[in-house]
Amino acid sequence: MSVVSEPLLTIKNLTVEFDQGAHFVRALHGVDFVIERGQSIGIVGESGCGKSITWLAALGLLGSKARTGGSVRLDGQEILNCSDRALAHLRGSRIAMIFQDPASSLNPVHRIGRQIGEALRLHRGLTGAAAKAEATRLLDRVGMSNPAQRLNEYPHELSGGMNQRVMIAMALAGEPDLLIADEPTTALDATIQAQILELLNNLRRENDMGLVLISHDLGVVADMAERVAVMYCGRVVEESQVDRLFDAPRHPYTRGLMAALPDIDGPKRRLKAIPGMVPPPRNLPTGCTFAPRCDHATEACASRVPGLRPAGAPRHRAACFHLEDLPGGSRQPASPAQQPVQETV
Amino acid sequence: MFAYILNRVARAVLTLIIIVSLAFVILRMSGDPAIMILGPEAPPQAVEAFRKAWGLDQPIWVQYAKYFGAVIQGDLGNSMRDGRAALEVVWERVPLTLAITVPALLLNILIGLPAGVLAALFRNTAYDRLIMMVSVIGFTVPSFVMGLTLSLLLAVWLRLLPSGGSGTVAHAVLPVVTMGIIGAAVIARFTRSAMLEVLGQPYIRTASAKGVPWSQVITRHALANAAIPTMTIIGFMVGSLVAGAVVVESVFSWPGVGRLLVTAVANRDLAVVQVILLLIGFTMVAANLAVDLLYGWVDPRMRTKTATAGA
Amino acid sequence: MPLVSVRDLKRHYDIRLTGGLFGRRAKLKAVDGVSFDLKMGETLGLVGESGCGKSTTAKLVLGLIPATSGTVSFDGSAVTAAHDAQWRHMRRRMQMIYQDPLGALDRRLPVSAQIGEPIAVHEPHVPADEREARVGEIMTSVGLRADQAASYPHELSGGQRQRVVIARALALQPDFIVCDEPVSALDVSIQAQVLNLLEDLKERNGFTSLFISHDLKVVRQMSDRVAVMYLGMIVEEGPPEDVFHAPMHPYTQALVSAIPTPSRRGKRERIVLEGDPPNPVNKPSGCPFHPRCPSAMSECREFQPMLASHGSRKVACHLRPAPSAGLIAAE
Repeated sequence: MSVVSEPLLTIKNLTVEFDQGAHFVRALHGVDFVIERGQSIGIVGESGCGKSITWLAALGLLGSKARTGGSVRLDGQEILNCSDRALAHLRGSRIAMIFQDPASSLNPVHRIGRQIGEALRLHRGLTGAAAKAEATRLLDRVGMSNPAQRLNEYPHELSGGMNQRVMIAMALAGEPDLLIADEPTTALDATIQAQILELLNNLRRENDMGLVLISHDLGVVADMAERVAVMYCGRVVEESQVDRLFDAPRHPYTRGLMAALPDIDGPKRRLKAIPGMVPPPRNLPTGCTFAPRCDHATEACASRVPGLRPAGAPRHRAACFHLEDLPGGSRQPASPAQQPVQETV
Repeated sequence: MFAYILNRVARAVLTLIIIVSLAFVILRMSGDPAIMILGPEAPPQAVEAFRKAWGLDQPIWVQYAKYFGAVIQGDLGNSMRDGRAALEVVWERVPLTLAITVPALLLNILIGLPAGVLAALFRNTAYDRLIMMVSVIGFTVPSFVMGLTLSLLLAVWLRLLPSGGSGTVAHAVLPVVTMGIIGAAVIARFTRSAMLEVLGQPYIRTASAKGVPWSQVITRHALANAAIPTMTIIGFMVGSLVAGAVVVESVFSWPGVGRLLVTAVANRDLAVVQVILLLIGFTMVAANLAVDLLYGWVDPRMRTKTATAGA
Repeated sequence: MPLVSVRDLKRHYDIRLTGGLFGRRAKLKAVDGVSFDLKMGETLGLVGESGCGKSTTAKLVLGLIPATSGTVSFDGSAVTAAHDAQWRHMRRRMQMIYQDPLGALDRRLPVSAQIGEPIAVHEPHVPADEREARVGEIMTSVGLRADQAASYPHELSGGQRQRVVIARALALQPDFIVCDEPVSALDVSIQAQVLNLLEDLKERNGFTSLFISHDLKVVRQMSDRVAVMYLGMIVEEGPPEDVFHAPMHPYTQALVSAIPTPSRRGKRERIVLEGDPPNPVNKPSGCPFHPRCPSAMSECREFQPMLASHGSRKVACHLRPAPSAGLIAAE
């Protein structure tokens, strides 16, 4: 279908290693993502799974201690390991990013207006009165009262929710095609989280903007994303359309996460905890990294790393050798997963 | 704001009163100015007359009260050595001290700030390690050792500069360089750690993520924030412009306030010592106040915080 | 008789705001009239957003900070912040589990020493070998291995550290435990381990607890009864199934509708509240929730509603005036 136009962003076999002085520790073991224009994709996983690193690496924001490999293409153009100048040009104008802690993500010594104005100057060449008018419009757009007055305020004079709105306004300043939201509501209270999520949803629809929503909260991702990828230990272990993923999760880790999560509806049940803990990146088990915590693990799991493979529905893939043996497994003839499959979409 | 400054000034005056009182007590208790100035072989009558003339025969609290009363009326007393007004004695030395400390301060800032910023930007590279090594040497070696070493090198061996005294610009070079190196080392180290702290902050990542080129991330976002802690140490150095040269002036026989202080203390020339202490205290306090006001100007958070008292 | 009884508890702070020569004086009403009872063996969940006073309430209940007014009684005797012999005696029966396990633990002591510390302090007559044996038992009961006794806090994972904190709280077999956001710092899979552990321990030891969390799902899982706080006051209280499935107070309704959960995806109308989170410094007159309330009436601005019983629960809202009238109005 999309033979003519390239996807907005294609990430292929992205790896990240961190310089630990004596040696490199691999934090990301080759992940693939494809994001179409206007699509929203949710990335879930526990701390240390690489869900933020993927996107920081793609934008070259990891600093000099990180070594990245693989390919990140924006509109077909390779951007991974581009010059800083070329990347700076893309950041904010094509791909914008907002972060977890809005209060410390804004420069404390600059006024709100100056911080938004900077993005307007860089990406749209607006200065002076034009920039001021546009910054006011953006603040109004993200639902801030008295936008003109806010321009003269400093981040510490605003609440966390307001600061996140400022961050979003700043991200919108460059009219990006893709917004990466890294735990945008984790530091906020429930009712404020609801406001911000609603705002992000509306903005995405209106501007036909792609959205990558990174969150540890399955509920947030379920609410916001069309597609969901679950990450564990620097790999994507399952990805699917959102309904399918939550209705029929296939990977034991995804299932484990859902069973471990208390719910507000339905009968109260005892939680099913995933035993053990996430192994540190420098000390990963061989083979499937989830095997030591998995009820279904066999010897084969420790010998090889399972690749993503079809999991019984269109565009649903999971990285597990035992998809067919798990309860509710697909009845269709499954390809005997002999090789770690490196699929391309 | 006005109330804030008033409060600060009141505290500064209190500090100065305490300094002067302590100095009075210590100097009076630790030796007899009559003997110090007239010499141990002076006839007892002469010593007695000297004591009477300067009021040293009275109880110490009477002396203290008299001294203080005079100070409040603007009379800072006379030098016991030559009878001239102490203020005048000190004041004529001030330009000489400033002649070496001001250039030294400029050197501190001009070398220290960029060196610290660059060390932070090139963290863990050979360049960083070099700067930090020089910096460690700069502020662990005592100033007299540094001064004597430079003197040995440039004056005694290479004979490029005079080893001491005053009168020409060449005489000022060694004291300025000695203080310049030491101060630059301190500033470089402070600036580096302030800069590293700032570079690790989330708003720096935000600036990069919104497309600000790295050079502008540094100039527009990092420097202003790193300036806040660095200002403290520079303020401290400005505060010691008058008094910072005690050791160096002695090493290079530079006739400034510092050297005057050393001789005045040796002679228990109380009035002169007090004037110098007041001067030092005053510049310190003024510099501190200036730094605080500057804080408010650079850091918007300070403007509101000063009045917020937690419960 | 309830084990813990709290009556009209208040904690106000005098603060100075910026402005004027010396700043304006203001009152921060962190807790402003909270009452509840805890029966033996019961778990009361306390939910609310930051600044609603739930953590301050916890500290007041344990007598860690003095109350401005109101009373707390524990097993019939008054809990005060006078840290005298009587308080210390009571304190060994009342323990607290904190949110940040690393901050609550001493970095320089091996964990077994920290778990044994309450025993050493409150039961100094217990010989060292017996104390060690008891520490070993407690560690096993919270799922820590014996060989981790000599570990230091930084050598353990977040979940294990929280187990150490729990073990320390359990060392004296307390009757009452206050859990202040005990799993907020943990990942989902570890959070479930710790919640299950708390449930099991409660089953075994039968302690009473006050369970504080901003996460309604976690509170529902753990509590027999829940109380929703807003600006220092309880606005709704009752069995979790009632409060969370048919909330009566407009704030609870908004709070419940704001919970993101996979099971509700796409199926619900989110009530998005206007405005900023409330500030306890400028507490509004009348009902504290009225500036953000979608159904505020004129009387809400003037009169503060009292907690009134509605069957199994209590609600403080002018929309739910007389008892039982609220049931008809419920959708």
